[in-house]
Amino acid sequence: MSNRSLSSVLKLSILSVVLAFTSNVYAEPVKAAFVYIGPTGDHGWTFAHDQGAKYVKEMMGDDVIITTVESVEENSDSERVITSLARKNDIIFTTSFGYMNPTVKVAARYPDVKFEHATGYMRPTDNISTYSARFYEGRHVIGKIAGRMTETNVIGYIASFPIPEVIRGINSAYLAAKSVNPDVEIKIVWVYSWYDPGKEADAANALIAQGADILMQHTDSTAPMTVAEEKGVYAFGQASDMREWGKNAQLTGIIDDWGPYYLERVQAVKDGTWTSTDVFHGVDSGMVKFAKLNNSMPFEVRNEASSAIIDLSMGKIHPFTGPINKQDGSPWLAEGETPPNYPDLLTMDFYVEGIDAKYPN
Amino acid sequence: MNEGLFINIIIGISIASVPLIFAAIGELLVERSGVLNLGVEGMMIVGALLGFVVMSHTQNPFLAVFAAMLGGMAIASIFAFLTQFLLTNQVATGLALTLFGLGFAAFAGRGYTEETIQLITAVPIPYLSDIPYLGPLLFSFNPLVYLSFFMVYLVWWFLFKTKQGLILRAIGDNHDAAHAIGHNVVRYRVMAILFGGAMAGIGGSFLSLVQVPIWGEGMTAGRGWIALGLVVFASWQPFRIIFGAILFGGITILQIHAQGLNINVSAQYLSMLPYLATIVILVSLRIRLKNKTNRTVPNCLGRIFHSTT
Repeated sequence: MSNRSLSSVLKLSILSVVLAFTSNVYAEPVKAAFVYIGPTGDHGWTFAHDQGAKYVKEMMGDDVIITTVESVEENSDSERVITSLARKNDIIFTTSFGYMNPTVKVAARYPDVKFEHATGYMRPTDNISTYSARFYEGRHVIGKIAGRMTETNVIGYIASFPIPEVIRGINSAYLAAKSVNPDVEIKIVWVYSWYDPGKEADAANALIAQGADILMQHTDSTAPMTVAEEKGVYAFGQASDMREWGKNAQLTGIIDDWGPYYLERVQAVKDGTWTSTDVFHGVDSGMVKFAKLNNSMPFEVRNEASSAIIDLSMGKIHPFTGPINKQDGSPWLAEGETPPNYPDLLTMDFYVEGIDAKYPN
Repeated sequence: MNEGLFINIIIGISIASVPLIFAAIGELLVERSGVLNLGVEGMMIVGALLGFVVMSHTQNPFLAVFAAMLGGMAIASIFAFLTQFLLTNQVATGLALTLFGLGFAAFAGRGYTEETIQLITAVPIPYLSDIPYLGPLLFSFNPLVYLSFFMVYLVWWFLFKTKQGLILRAIGDNHDAAHAIGHNVVRYRVMAILFGGAMAGIGGSFLSLVQVPIWGEGMTAGRGWIALGLVVFASWQPFRIIFGAILFGGITILQIHAQGLNINVSAQYLSMLPYLATIVILVSLRIRLKNKTNRTVPNCLGRIFHSTT
């Protein structure tokens, strides 16, 4: 559609202005760039990455120059943006799954620039690292809470795109909810957008009308939380603490804390010690954190959630522990078995048994 | 399907459709006057921002909607000045207006992404809304929903029942002839453009005042472009805007509900339907035009009027 190419023009013009301001004045500082899928004001995914970028600036001060580009769509536009950033930066963080192919392509053309791609798994050249957080550990905790707190036994799930990251979250939340409440059912609505407050609100309203009394979201705006608050149901913050939009509704929230990782990587570039790595941190390293547990929950529920968080942080439990079958009934994990990161988790493309919804194609 | 769910779907469709009705009926009048303003998205987003900002400071829904209207008109006045007085190309100016509006709103709204407001809620009409079935279906909507329908009626009445409406249509069809018999082409067009801005502004504010109580940059998410498509879909007939908007909005809402109810439909195919319909209507219009049986497209649409006298 024409507004796509329009927004590309807009982004490039913004980019050129941004680049003009960060031109090569100081020889010393590391130049780090961040590419964002949404606006930094989404108070979700992009907001969390931007907090990480700000943390790096705060800790390194004049030793780093940071460039950020917001609302870059996951089409050929992103390749142009990444290319122009590669000409002027030492390290580039591309913070969405859909930037995988453009990142790989640009990295091959700029061997001296370091690339860090979030939530992906392709590292064909040794100047690409991939990093992700085990958000499914967070989904495990909110799944347990949801299983206990739902009265209608229906959890509504607002999903963005059917990519492994999102599928892992759905499966993990469902398994955890099911483990404490065998009658629980999950309704999934795909909105095919990361950020469209109107559509996310439509989905939230539809799920509530269909009996869901607890919402989970894997989209980036605060719209579902505001709907939950208005309709008097529960919800969970996504990527950052959304309590401001759901004082009663938010039971807890999964918080992404990228700051320490970003600092470590930018520092490594400065020290000349950067190497291609694959990081998949979870609750244990503090990359996945939780918003305050809402006091309106019964003591036992809060207690159970806290223990799950502690167990996860000590590596005692794995949200995907066998026996687990796939949706079609074929076995996936045997009794006591846990899946490897690659390929099982990082390329996950199936629902687990018990989810009553058609897998999107 | 139970009654509550049915009513909820109807309300959902109304909420998804109304921003489109406002923006499209404004653009319809603009295009009837022979001007193509592609800046609808930009005017909507500025309306969404201003409505939200005024609501968060005053908590007064009337002032908020009024501010959104003025915001849309302010942006539209830039377009009016450029295209009517400096005679710039309408397509390029409209596109620039969209880009400007999106960028300006994102910039000016920075401080408001952390806030939330009280939504403008539905006002059930006393007594009438208590009628079983019909009450909740017809008399329990948000006041802006009724206003959108009224605006469609008003535009129809203006275009086809008033002398000024006739002149406006004449200007849209042949501005040289209208000018020759003494009508002020530029004045009519500027008024139409401002009206289009006002409607787009209200439509945008519906998103941030009725649908979700938040402001976020880019929250119009392409609805301005859908409104432009709707005008073509309606083949420049006011009442068809309502039908088209309900079709566009209805498909959005129904496919969401179908997913939740596990009805096996492909969301992508459903989302394509309204656009396919628009193309089909465009083609059929073209065929009818060739046969000269119907002339609904304003003849001077997008053409620059340059008075030589």
